[in-house]
Amino acid sequence: MSTTEHVHDLGMPAANPIDAAIAASVATQGDKQTELKAKDFKTDQEVRWCPGCGDYVILNAVQSFLPSLGIAREDMVIVSGIGCSSRFPYYMNTYGMHSIHGRAPAIATGLAVSRPDLSVWVVTGDGDSLSIGGNHLIHALRRNVNITILLFNNRIYGLTKGQYSPTSEVGKVTKSTPMGSLDHPFNPVSLAIGAEATFVGRAMDSDRKGLTDVLRQAAEHEGTALVEIYQNCNIFNDGAFDLLKDPTTGTQWSIPLVHGEPLVFGPDGAACVVRDDFGGLRIAETNQVDAADIVVHDAHRQDSSYAYALSRLSSQDLRYTPMGVFRSVQKPTYDRMMSEQLDVAAAEGSADLDSILAGNDTWTVSA
Amino acid sequence: MTATDPAVSAGSSAPGGLVKSVVELDRVVIRLAGDSGDGMQLTGNRFTSETASFGNDLSTLPNFPAEIRAPTGTLPGVSSFQLHFADHDIMTPGDAPDVLVAMNPAALKANLADLPGGGLLILDADEFTARNLAKVGYATNPIEDGSLEGWQTVSVPLTSMTLEALADSGLGKKEAERSKNMFTLGLLSWMYHRPTEGTVRFLERQFRRKPDIAAANIAAFRAGYNYGETTEAFAVSYEIKPAPMAPGKYRNISGNQALSLGLVAAGQRSGLPIFLGAYPITPASDILHELSKHKSFGIRTFQAEDEIAGIASAIGASFGGALGITTTSGPGISLKSEALALAIMTELPLVVIDVQRGGPSTGLPTKTEQSDLLQAMFGRNGEAPLPVVAPRSPGDCFDAAIEATRIALTYRTPVILLSDGYLANGSEPWAVPNSADLPDLTGAVDFATEPNGEDGEFLPYLRDPETLARPWAIPGTAGMQHRIGGLEKADKTGNISYDPENHDFMTRTRQAKIDGIAASIGPTDVDDPDGDATVAVIGWGSTYGPIGAGVRRVRRSGRKVAQIHLRHLNPFPADLGEVLGRYERVVCPEMNLGQLALLLRAKYLVDVQSHTQVRGLPFRAAELAAVIQDVIDSTSGAELAADPTGGGE
Repeated sequence: MSTTEHVHDLGMPAANPIDAAIAASVATQGDKQTELKAKDFKTDQEVRWCPGCGDYVILNAVQSFLPSLGIAREDMVIVSGIGCSSRFPYYMNTYGMHSIHGRAPAIATGLAVSRPDLSVWVVTGDGDSLSIGGNHLIHALRRNVNITILLFNNRIYGLTKGQYSPTSEVGKVTKSTPMGSLDHPFNPVSLAIGAEATFVGRAMDSDRKGLTDVLRQAAEHEGTALVEIYQNCNIFNDGAFDLLKDPTTGTQWSIPLVHGEPLVFGPDGAACVVRDDFGGLRIAETNQVDAADIVVHDAHRQDSSYAYALSRLSSQDLRYTPMGVFRSVQKPTYDRMMSEQLDVAAAEGSADLDSILAGNDTWTVSA
Repeated sequence: MTATDPAVSAGSSAPGGLVKSVVELDRVVIRLAGDSGDGMQLTGNRFTSETASFGNDLSTLPNFPAEIRAPTGTLPGVSSFQLHFADHDIMTPGDAPDVLVAMNPAALKANLADLPGGGLLILDADEFTARNLAKVGYATNPIEDGSLEGWQTVSVPLTSMTLEALADSGLGKKEAERSKNMFTLGLLSWMYHRPTEGTVRFLERQFRRKPDIAAANIAAFRAGYNYGETTEAFAVSYEIKPAPMAPGKYRNISGNQALSLGLVAAGQRSGLPIFLGAYPITPASDILHELSKHKSFGIRTFQAEDEIAGIASAIGASFGGALGITTTSGPGISLKSEALALAIMTELPLVVIDVQRGGPSTGLPTKTEQSDLLQAMFGRNGEAPLPVVAPRSPGDCFDAAIEATRIALTYRTPVILLSDGYLANGSEPWAVPNSADLPDLTGAVDFATEPNGEDGEFLPYLRDPETLARPWAIPGTAGMQHRIGGLEKADKTGNISYDPENHDFMTRTRQAKIDGIAASIGPTDVDDPDGDATVAVIGWGSTYGPIGAGVRRVRRSGRKVAQIHLRHLNPFPADLGEVLGRYERVVCPEMNLGQLALLLRAKYLVDVQSHTQVRGLPFRAAELAAVIQDVIDSTSGAELAADPTGGGE
């Protein structure tokens, strides 16, 4: 038999302490500041990436574009895992958590689900999100929790000093693969689309305009947004994306994705994307096809086959690289649906603690 | 049937002119055993509810295989439910049954050895077919070959009588047969004078969308009851008077139910929204199920993709100001180790429930054990202390959940609560508390809303001088933006620090914070009626019942023993070492190979005598009484005649 130690206190719990805390901070510090500048997002922490690292460029781009979103710094949380990219939160004057390897999407999920009022971001790398944290990434994507995931893909393990990663090309010679790596890489965009992602984009660290454009759309997307950012590791995998960055070859291989525009690329628009005979897409020479056959990009197609086919253009020739927003569709978000269930439950049943403590079957012993 | 002499009361007249006598007992242990598909757990739970509402004290022990449906009629498929009920306060589900109901030959074979000679054995004669006998290796039918002569055997055709009762129900044979457990429940309800309205209401509620099934089950239940009243096979029925209990409102409750309600209460009493991140695992899943029913309290339950995501999501929710909770069993704790250390490093409140089961690895998923204590204490990399608490009975899981929450919130730390399979599924009467009388936890929640630094900055690791807890500033609070993480933190600022002195300081500070919790838990609770015992028995968790029952027996024999049962395993009560030092001998029974004993010996240099078993089942009170007696007698040299191993509780 159990006994309950009774502590006599008839004080009732305050309303919601979370709301009370936020209200208190507004009372002492004034209304939420949403008119901010890039410098407002910087911290006093010395940035400790290697000189020349692509991460600097991405950090600057993020700090520069964030003010345009109109989100107060205190309403933003950046959660990261482990790896070079995961140092990101230390350099952002927002709330942040530099967590453990691969788990950032799960931590962010718990936060975003219980605090739908926040703007929750995940910063991760190819090893963090696709190797040790692969499970959390795909499940966050399929649930469509309202978080924005920035996946810095440098195709190498940097912080552990240069082993091949799940996105390294086959045959990669590294410290752990002196005769070349044997495993086939993930295409992060294909993986995300296969995992039912509602928003998938890709951008280049050095392309400030393109990167900002994709980031903005990702931030404004309601649901899980994944942005793969090609990021140069100048120490362990330098030049991985030079083909796409070079002014000459870049235009030849990059396929810009602009919603509503025909998929024409290359010098003088010499190349284009058309449908193949098997429901997929292929690259063609623009002057060899009927203009009507050139695919017009539609990022809002509910059926993900098209976006997936776009992501597979690289398999025709590894160098073909669509850049921009592959897919952006609306689906109810997990956090919103959970809030709705709570509202329904609250409307249908009272939250009477004494009633559930007693349950359905009680008996009374009288004195 | 029991230690006390049954008082036979005047016979009562039953329809048909049968005269039946009523025998009064002080306690009975009944074990229902059948195939996993026979509904023994449901039957046991219903009988328990009837018994609880009648007002007996009771304790239950469900025992079932991990397989949902092992092959029908085989030994691995046997599921059983033991219920001990009495007219007085009892502490265990009983060492051995007085009555065994075996629904098939497998159930008989698996359980007969536990039934003492002369015990009542009720068999479903219909199931003792050549095929079923062969399945479990009976060469001849035990009902007929005389091998059951040592028991009072009553063999009745439960299945065919059920079919007969449901002849007009319109159900097919297979479906009608399923109601034989309700027929059996009806018979037992008659035998032990149990109220029946609760079961009828339950069946109506349970099958409200299938009225024909509800009607068939109720008909079978009533037919079983009427059969008892009219048959010549059972000449005696039994009365076990209600147990005296403190005035108040009671319900029957299992450990998992009590734990769930304790968490709901902790959320309400702290004012915090609850977030539960969990992955299904036996025997903890019931808590996820129960909490997911209470969304009207603003409770968010998240069935995660794995154990790691379960705890990680809860940590995220705690960062946001929720009461983060994760529930699991031992294998899940293994997977959560790294995230637990993150919660220790980030110093966020988190309640971690480990409903222990037999290990290692997958072990014995449905059986009980206490073998995760050292894992809870030390199963992480680095110096990673965290508080550990344990409930002692099913109902006590409620209080333990509130206490775990109090510590987590006050000290900003993950707390592990160690329940186990026996507590989780076992049940007992529980005095329903008044919510207003529960501990007020609002004081433990004081979100930081203003900078605390001299220069107007926020220092996330500037500690409360008394509790050493760091401030809890939640996103959304302006001017308090900060970053936390798994890397070592600089004192006060929380910035990354690799400084040797700082790491040494922070490591010791984290330890001191946990050690300091002892100041909030009061002195060791010692049960030593005369205060002059020279032997103490110390335990933790679900062994409280068997140890307590063993102690009672020992004391009835005239011997003296002190009982200490720990709620707090880390930190221990501040005076525990001094208390243990008072006794010549200290015995520590555990369902592991001596984990608490190891901790006590290491910390206090006390020569603790460990007594252990890992059978997947609770200790028997008689066994513990014998162990304690041996220690007492070898300590004082006194010869005492009375045998403490017999008798009731």
